[in-house]
Amino acid sequence: MIAKVGLDGHDRGVKIVARCLRDAGMDVIYTGLHRTPEEVALAAVQEDVDILGISILSGAQMTVFPRVLDLLRDRHGSDIAVVGGGVMPDEDVSELKRMGVSEILLQDTPPQAIVESMRRLVRERGPR
Amino acid sequence: MKETNEAQTVDKLAEQLQAWEGREVASFLARQPERQEQFSTLGGFPVKRVYTPLDVQNIPLEDVGLPGRYPFTRGPYPTMYRGRRWTMRQIAGFGTGADTNKRFKYLIQQGQTGLSTDFDMPTLMGYDSDHAMSQGEVGRGGVAIDTLSDMEDLFAGIDLEKISVSMTINPSAWILLAMYVALAEKRGFDLDRLSGTIQADMLKEYMAQKEWIFPIAPSVRIVRDCIAYCAERMKRYNPVNICGYHINEAGASPLHELAFTLANTIVYVEEVVKTGMPVDRFAPRLSFFFACGSDFFEEAARFRAVRRVFATIMRERFGAANPASMRLRFHCQTAAATLTRPQYKVNIVRTALQALAAVLGGAQSLHTNGMDEAFSIPTEEAMKIALRTQQVIAEESNVANVVDPLGGSYYVEKLTDQYVRAIQAILKEVDERGGTVKLIEEGWFQRKIAEDAYETALRKQSGEKPVIGVNRYVEEEETLDLEVHPYDPRSADRQIDRTRQVRANRDEARVGELLQRLKAVARDESQNILPVTVELVNQGATMGDIVETLKEVWGTYRETPVF
Repeated sequence: MIAKVGLDGHDRGVKIVARCLRDAGMDVIYTGLHRTPEEVALAAVQEDVDILGISILSGAQMTVFPRVLDLLRDRHGSDIAVVGGGVMPDEDVSELKRMGVSEILLQDTPPQAIVESMRRLVRERGPR
Repeated sequence: MKETNEAQTVDKLAEQLQAWEGREVASFLARQPERQEQFSTLGGFPVKRVYTPLDVQNIPLEDVGLPGRYPFTRGPYPTMYRGRRWTMRQIAGFGTGADTNKRFKYLIQQGQTGLSTDFDMPTLMGYDSDHAMSQGEVGRGGVAIDTLSDMEDLFAGIDLEKISVSMTINPSAWILLAMYVALAEKRGFDLDRLSGTIQADMLKEYMAQKEWIFPIAPSVRIVRDCIAYCAERMKRYNPVNICGYHINEAGASPLHELAFTLANTIVYVEEVVKTGMPVDRFAPRLSFFFACGSDFFEEAARFRAVRRVFATIMRERFGAANPASMRLRFHCQTAAATLTRPQYKVNIVRTALQALAAVLGGAQSLHTNGMDEAFSIPTEEAMKIALRTQQVIAEESNVANVVDPLGGSYYVEKLTDQYVRAIQAILKEVDERGGTVKLIEEGWFQRKIAEDAYETALRKQSGEKPVIGVNRYVEEEETLDLEVHPYDPRSADRQIDRTRQVRANRDEARVGELLQRLKAVARDESQNILPVTVELVNQGATMGDIVETLKEVWGTYRETPVF
């Protein structure tokens, strides 16, 4: 599941990610714009997704990701790998990984590299 | 007699060209093939080895024309930068009005000649700072404005009759315009002496930037109201800034950027004309905003082309008679999507070249991006270097001393002409398919933009589109000596306190009454929404009060995404 959370409407990246994963044969759900952390976490659990990717270009990453991770824990969705994407400073990237975000894809990540890192995340988690 | 001579010269030239290809070129190619089989611009136009008078022989001289004269290919004004240089307008906005006011004053002190305001996401989308949707976003990517009081802080101590102010705002633009008017009246400024712009280009929001509140029809009506209001009361103010920039940043090709922007323009002009206002009454104040990307000559050619197409549309489609209605003026920003994280200082060079292309293309005002914008909003230092880049172009390079110095270049003229035709072909297709609004509803533009963006991503991946530091000359580990713009987490609390204080001190009954009137105005399409909004902000109504009330009348927009 690929999601846009918050008010930011920059969807260039998220659509490229959705499309390259779809073209690689994965089932992709794109939530559309302006979702809340609650909506996204709930949908991810209900849809039983492997990976929840959230794109943020508004600078709100340090508010959104901790909230989504908490919500997933509360809803027994801790085995869903959370992946971030967007424009953010390096210190936020390392802090988010420390909090439990599995991967952060920054701008100009080639589509092939995105596909490979998603496959790796699912492989590392193992069968559910 | 003269014609025969010209024909002979052209024939002779054609012969020479053929001979040159047979001899010099062929023998050179035999020794060393060219780097590529085929060359093309970043926008996909094929590029020949060399251009000669043969390439421009079918372009009528009057299509090129002279600067300040129809069709304005060579520039909107006869003297261009020899009179006044372009406005150096670096965008700024973060935290509260008072925080951004400090940055404004710093930029003015550094020699900046115009102001440009970035708002935070809640302000852009019409939410108050204490709304649940605003969490984490208050004052983050721009300045937070909820009430007139915030606006007063934002422009405190700045003479608004002397400096032009651009506000990058769309679905909630008319509220900001109302605040600007209220503020100017309070401080005793003459409305007819205020210059600047709100963006208020809603159609490109549905296409590309994706900031919206209401469905398309009421949104377009608000744009119409802004244009009509300013035509009556603010003769130097640009009530709309029709944007290609965000269409480009969302991934559209350089051609699509221009064509889609003009498609939107046509809708706005039609809407205002429908109210009975003659086109020459408002068209001179339409202004534009484009991105300047990396293909140097293509960018300059593009801007020349869009001026020509716009002039033709205004004269032929809308029957404009005043040359000022046909003269496209634009702000330009270097393309943020070309900025890289790796080896980020290279962004200074990228930006400088893009800025030069914008100047050679005849931009009226320019924002150069900060080198650190692939990380966060820019620091003061990054903005200073970006501004200095413009100053070097303006004051050291001498490029501003001649109007349209690329005019007459066989290549640039040819490419300009190709762009003109390609834009016109797309506009024709849009008309044939039922018009811009219908196609937005069908996701036609959105799909094209997504396709262009995907193709660009693949071309970067394959290296076909070189990006230094990303797919060429990549360095393994980079030690970052970058200090990013700090976010003050307390600014959100400060902002929320301010807004609550305004609410506590206002005449609630009066605000309620005005909100009822706002609803009535919204339901009556023949009325203009601005006057009642000015009254509302004067009475302490917040942006959220106004927007939430109108949602009850108009509902909201929800997109069906295409990718």
